[in-house]
Amino acid sequence: MSSAESQDSAIQSIEQLLAHALAMEVEAVERYETLADQMETHNNREVAALFRKLAEIEKLHVDNVNDISAGHTLPHIAPWEYAWQAPESPEAPSMSADGIHYMMHPYHAIAMALEGERRGVAFYDRLTAQSEREDVRKLAAELCETEREHVTLLEAWLSRFQPPPKDWNEDPDPPLLQG
Amino acid sequence: MDATSTCPSYSARDYKSEVKPVWCPGCGDYSVLGSITKALAELSIPPENVALVSGIGCSSRLPAYTNVFGFHGVHGRALPIATGIKVSRPELTVIASGGDGDGFSIGGNHFMHACRRNVDMTYIVMDNEVYGMTKGQASPTTAPDWEKSKLTPQGTGINPFHPLVIALAAGANFIARGFSGDQNGTAQLITEAIRHPGFSFVQLLSPCVTFRPEQRDWKDMVHLAAVDPTDDPARAARRLMTDDGFNVGVLFRGSRKPFQPDRRVSVDSVADLEKEFVL
Amino acid sequence: MTARSVSITFAGSGGAGVMTAGNMLLDAAGRAGLYAYMTRSSGAQIRGGEAAAMMRLSTAPVQSHDDHYDVLVAIDWQNVGRFSAEIPMTADSLVLGDPDGGDFPEQIRAKGTRSADIPFKKMAKEIDGGRPNMIALGAVAGLVGLPEEAVLGVVRDSLAKKGPAALVASEASVRAGMAFAASLPPCPRLTNTQGQSERLWSITGNEAAGLGAVRGGIRFVAAYPITPGTEVLEWLAPNLAKLGGVLVQAEDELASVNQIIGASYAGIPSLTATSGPGLALMIESLGLAVASETPITVVNVMRGGPSTGIPVKSEQSDLNIAFYGLHGDAPHLVVAPNSLADCSFATQWAVHLADSLQTAAIVLSDQSLGQSRATISPPADPGFRAVRLMAEGELADRYRRYTNTESGVSPMAVPGMKGYQYTADGLEHNESGTPSSAAADHSNQLDKRLRKLTVHDYGAHWADIEGDGDIAVLTWGSTTGPVREALERWRASGGRGRLVSIRLISPVRPEQLAAALEGVSRVLVVEQSHGAQFHRYLRAHYDLPGSVRTFHRPGPLPIRPNEIFRQLADWS
Repeated sequence: MSSAESQDSAIQSIEQLLAHALAMEVEAVERYETLADQMETHNNREVAALFRKLAEIEKLHVDNVNDISAGHTLPHIAPWEYAWQAPESPEAPSMSADGIHYMMHPYHAIAMALEGERRGVAFYDRLTAQSEREDVRKLAAELCETEREHVTLLEAWLSRFQPPPKDWNEDPDPPLLQG
Repeated sequence: MDATSTCPSYSARDYKSEVKPVWCPGCGDYSVLGSITKALAELSIPPENVALVSGIGCSSRLPAYTNVFGFHGVHGRALPIATGIKVSRPELTVIASGGDGDGFSIGGNHFMHACRRNVDMTYIVMDNEVYGMTKGQASPTTAPDWEKSKLTPQGTGINPFHPLVIALAAGANFIARGFSGDQNGTAQLITEAIRHPGFSFVQLLSPCVTFRPEQRDWKDMVHLAAVDPTDDPARAARRLMTDDGFNVGVLFRGSRKPFQPDRRVSVDSVADLEKEFVL
Repeated sequence: MTARSVSITFAGSGGAGVMTAGNMLLDAAGRAGLYAYMTRSSGAQIRGGEAAAMMRLSTAPVQSHDDHYDVLVAIDWQNVGRFSAEIPMTADSLVLGDPDGGDFPEQIRAKGTRSADIPFKKMAKEIDGGRPNMIALGAVAGLVGLPEEAVLGVVRDSLAKKGPAALVASEASVRAGMAFAASLPPCPRLTNTQGQSERLWSITGNEAAGLGAVRGGIRFVAAYPITPGTEVLEWLAPNLAKLGGVLVQAEDELASVNQIIGASYAGIPSLTATSGPGLALMIESLGLAVASETPITVVNVMRGGPSTGIPVKSEQSDLNIAFYGLHGDAPHLVVAPNSLADCSFATQWAVHLADSLQTAAIVLSDQSLGQSRATISPPADPGFRAVRLMAEGELADRYRRYTNTESGVSPMAVPGMKGYQYTADGLEHNESGTPSSAAADHSNQLDKRLRKLTVHDYGAHWADIEGDGDIAVLTWGSTTGPVREALERWRASGGRGRLVSIRLISPVRPEQLAAALEGVSRVLVVEQSHGAQFHRYLRAHYDLPGSVRTFHRPGPLPIRPNEIFRQLADWS
């Protein structure tokens, strides 16, 4: 089963930390692009564009991690063996009905992204505080900084949107028979 | 591409096609697609060596969203198609997938016999306890008192099907339950299922956001199975008696020999077979 | 009196061994260089029931039962009366029975034949381990003039496994029967033909279909038993294995048809066999094979219908479901063997066509071919093989599985081919295989799936066309045999007539039929169905010149040559 309760001591080296960082960003890209596709298919253009943009930002983070990783050989870690201390990687936006709706508003999308970034920050913060290795703590702090910047960006972004009205998810049309 | 690493040669993305799924946003199947592709990447199986077969239903649309060889068959008949593929081309990795209606109602007979036959393949059922594609009818795994279907407005009034019990009784060699909300944990289950020889059955609780919105609560109800998987069918059967339907993990890991007929040639040509007719 | 052919029926019950005697007589005839054809009838009991083996021996290939039987040998009479409608006889026919074998049935007596006694029970008791059916075998062999060595050779080979005592007893029984024959009233005798240089085969139609399948390249079979198709699968089980192929017993026909779709999708030519009720179950998935363009072959050995019908009897009443049964517009192949030997050719050809055209092929055999046994000249391998147009080479673009081409056939990829991954679908799709509800895609693919069948060159095999004259007899399947014989007699009596026996039922060939019927002003349609299915099919898809008459009757009784001869005579 997923190692929801993996100890931070699982991250013992720069390479392992980089592998985690990379996985986090790659997963975030994958999810935001999937969500953008979903929104496009369901004709929610505005939110689709938002998710697309978020994916772009995460791609920059992927590039960033790749740059830092130059010269290092990152270990292979199976998807369920990461030390997230949660089933999902910190920045992965939820794909379930909790967070996603075909009529969701931009506010929802940004709020979701913001929550993800905050979880990312918390992940690096924990490592910075608790890791036994200085190089890991140092790198975690560095990576955390990038995430904090992103949090600030998203907070500002969020403030530009209104929270949606109470009936935001009311669709007068019933579901359609498909086959 | 990432930096030099000891990662396997494929990423999950390599198993996805560019066709965009039409599942409702929030559908558990998106996660399942993620889990399957992560599992295949973890196993480093070349996409062209994977055959993914489905029946009819929302979750049966899966093959088109992948970059492997797919077959979108008719309602309830994914397992025989998968059987034909695997027995005739045993070197391929064969996965059958679909929903609870497709798999346990019209497909029920094939489900039982596939478990019994124990061909080396993996069957993934995305169980949302409803027929989604046809607008929300009760399925074999729906509780008897669900009254939201126009076909059974007073609820079905009959006991739901318990797929893990059937799988165990019929002889499946690997039995597991997962939850789509845990994409990585599910990926691990699927990886193990594919690795395990014989017929591997994985029931995935995968909420239907449109017709069963109450299934949002599933994430709070699933819990890791309290005990390790067993290879003793009797012990597995006893565990199933206290199964609340939300135990997640591998229930049973058996050691039955998979069904794979001998394919050695013993004559030089078809003409050799004609001797029996000669007077 | 020597004759070109002699017809014999063995009858008996309760372990009398009628079928064994019949089989041995047929094989003995074959060893003597004679052609033979045998069908069997029985009660519904699995064992111990009443049984009759009806056969015809001839110096020329047998294509039909004759109008009547020359000899009826009843080892005992219990319940044999119920076969009486299947054993037409004349006053010259000879009925042989055991005076101790029960009452001579009234239905048999009423036919007014000659009769004589053979005391099977008494004679068997006089031989240590003697068997009445072996005595009957010897008596008939003696009566019709089969060489003793041919009969004894068959007995030795058949009973080798049962040990020397059984062999000695059976040989003695046969000899006793042959000796006794000298005292019996005369009956037509066959001229001995030692001239056959080739060794004949003894084979059933179902075995022939199995052989045709593997000759064609079938290497995966899914099997669900159903009378009278089971023997196709039973022959294939060990023989496929010898070729490195596989037969899987499925849980039902829905599974067997889908298993062969899977194996075929994976690149292995695949086949199953069934009968009407099973074909009905398979129909939905036949449509899947058509829509996804996955080649499969289904041998349907027709039996009496509808529903459970008459499982052990023959009829030609599955034409409608084979041709029209699929929902939607789903053109596909239907091939009908028109003789027992043709079961091999037709199945092999169907397998080849299915793979060449990437579609479903139904082979419409029937019980009178499938479960009958004949001695035949070994059929040469016509060379048809399951060969597909395969995708190959560098991919410039994404692989498009359902690319429309001039021939309508698209290059096919199979799992394992890197870069060629696609999803086969029963949903309507565009050329890439992506599901589509667009009008243009639906038209495009419907046109393609039809065109690939209609533009294909089927050569001369689509029908057997024989003879000339302004009267033509149109038929198909097993009815072809009696029609051929009727036309031979018609020509021998000075008449002229054409035979058109259609082997390729689908797709239809209107131009070719028009050419075959050039100059014809009278068409007689002959078939074994109550609903005249073949006639209606002809009227729906072909133009028939001049006046048309139909002669149709359901099973279970076979159509006999004289019935058709009379139709011709009445129309002159």
